[in-house]
Amino acid sequence: MRRYFGRKLLIYGLTFFMAVTVNWLVPRLMPGDPVASMLARARVAQPEAQEALRVYYNNLFGFDLPWWQQYLNSWGSLFRGDFGISLWAFPTPVADLLTRAVPYSLALLVPSILLSWVVGNRLGALAARRKVLDNTVLPVSYVLTATPYLWLAALMAWGFGVVWGIFPVAGGYSFSMTPSFTWDFFADLLWHWLLPFSSLFLVALGGWAIGMRNVIIYELESDYANYMSALGAPQKLIRRYAFRNAVLPQITGLALQLGVLVAGALVTEIVFSYPGLGSLILAAIQNKDFFLLQGAFLFIVLGVLIANFIIDVVYVIVDPRTRVGMAGAAA
Amino acid sequence: MTLEVDDLRVYYRTLKGDVQALDGVSFGLRDGEILGLAGESGCGKTTLGKALIRLDGRMKHVGGSVTLDGQVLPIGEDAKMNPYRFKQVSLIPQYSMSAMNPTRKIGRMVRELLESRREKLDLDELHKRLELVELPKDVLGKYPIELSGGMKQRMVMVISTLLNPSLLIADEITSALDVSTQKAVVTTLKGFRDRGFVKSMIFITHDISLTNQLADTIMVMYAGKLAEKAPASTVVNAPKHPYTQLLISSLPEVGVRYADKRLTGIPGNPPSLLKPEPGCRFRARCPLAFEKCAEDPPPVEVEKDHVVACWKAA
Repeated sequence: MRRYFGRKLLIYGLTFFMAVTVNWLVPRLMPGDPVASMLARARVAQPEAQEALRVYYNNLFGFDLPWWQQYLNSWGSLFRGDFGISLWAFPTPVADLLTRAVPYSLALLVPSILLSWVVGNRLGALAARRKVLDNTVLPVSYVLTATPYLWLAALMAWGFGVVWGIFPVAGGYSFSMTPSFTWDFFADLLWHWLLPFSSLFLVALGGWAIGMRNVIIYELESDYANYMSALGAPQKLIRRYAFRNAVLPQITGLALQLGVLVAGALVTEIVFSYPGLGSLILAAIQNKDFFLLQGAFLFIVLGVLIANFIIDVVYVIVDPRTRVGMAGAAA
Repeated sequence: MTLEVDDLRVYYRTLKGDVQALDGVSFGLRDGEILGLAGESGCGKTTLGKALIRLDGRMKHVGGSVTLDGQVLPIGEDAKMNPYRFKQVSLIPQYSMSAMNPTRKIGRMVRELLESRREKLDLDELHKRLELVELPKDVLGKYPIELSGGMKQRMVMVISTLLNPSLLIADEITSALDVSTQKAVVTTLKGFRDRGFVKSMIFITHDISLTNQLADTIMVMYAGKLAEKAPASTVVNAPKHPYTQLLISSLPEVGVRYADKRLTGIPGNPPSLLKPEPGCRFRARCPLAFEKCAEDPPPVEVEKDHVVACWKAA
């Protein structure tokens, strides 16, 4: 058991190292000079002053150092918990921007991923072996799962927001409100949250339902199900066993899909101008904000790695076969 | 008589039409009798076994009846058959290795299975039976994956017979085992019968020499019909049906060197059961075939307990 988790942690550590390196590298490979665009924004007319500012900025962000030193420094500051200063929202620290955005992203991601997984699995299990439900759930699921996140999001924003005007199309809360711990504000948050959440929930739902339907049909045909039927066990018990065993590959599927789901959520945030990490990343890319981009990606990488680790632990708990594999089977 | 099967017909539904896998088989089984059901692949022996406990989705009950302990079994109706399963008719399946739910501890699975049938788990009795098949008590706290193949097989044998069924169907249970384990399984099954865990048994196999060690009576089937049924020694030593004769003669004998004498099989293949021609189904391969064989030979009791379906034998 300890060796298993030791190996897992090593793999996660390596993944983290690679991810941070790529995060550091990619923004710097983008064309364009962030300092130049900051200077342009500052509208300094005199060439000397401009030069002085350029030197100041380059020094401030460490762009005057050789690349390997910049890379090592970025690791150093990472361990100090210092994400640097945003170029786009200068001089706000990246950490502040992130802590403001992360709750919105989590509020979208966690419920949509978990709920779509739970509801999709239930739906798929019901659809298996029920003709009427199967003939309705399956086609709808195929359409949903083939739908791109941003397309459904745009369609919903246009339909519910623009045409019918039931839901707001932008922001995490109304511009007229100030954040506070009141029911009004909370209701307003929920109202803004509902559309982006539903679009994420719906797209993910279809895939889980299809997967579960197929796995459970397979499980109901399996030898242990046949044996139990031959011994006259009621369908209820057989379906319970089949559901539990069918959930196992779905858990693996969840681990595999996490990255895709997070990416989908980021796009959805942009469509709904939702003030989460997705919108932040878009702003960072548009303004060549290296530090913000690095920080945002770091959060996402960490989130996905932690979620994957949790799934690993859950898998060991629910599937006895993995535990046996670790301890060695008795003959 | 424990079991009476009368003119049982079970067909498989396919897109091309009905496959007449079991076409009018009648036989009886006495209390305490072990019937060995033999024949080559596709002769209908597994279909017969399944028909007695649970038809699968493609099978349909076309005609005939099955009477067990004086009650007619509703074999065509899945739900109505449920009360009889496990308690009156039970099954040891071909697939013992994967017959148990892999994610439940065996003890819990057995308990849940019994509870679902409204039966109380008699733990002492279960322990006693585990001891009988030389399984330690603690297998109940294990998952199926923690058991070896032979242990799983014995565990399934114990589970299937736990409610003392009148009829036990053992379907090709020795096919995947090595010879010494086969012998152990046969001995265990005999022990189950002798201790009264099961009243009577149908042992389905393609291995006639193994059947001979276990069965009181052997029934040979060919292409969905009964070919010959007689006491085990009669079938092995004095078979009357040409198919049985060829089947027995194609078995290897102890002490014979097959380098000198080639082991012969039966030339040809069994007929298609999709739209079988009338008449004896073996006649295309039969060395004794004559004009009369164009008519269906009825099973005839040529001597006591010896039934043969062949014009030449009668």
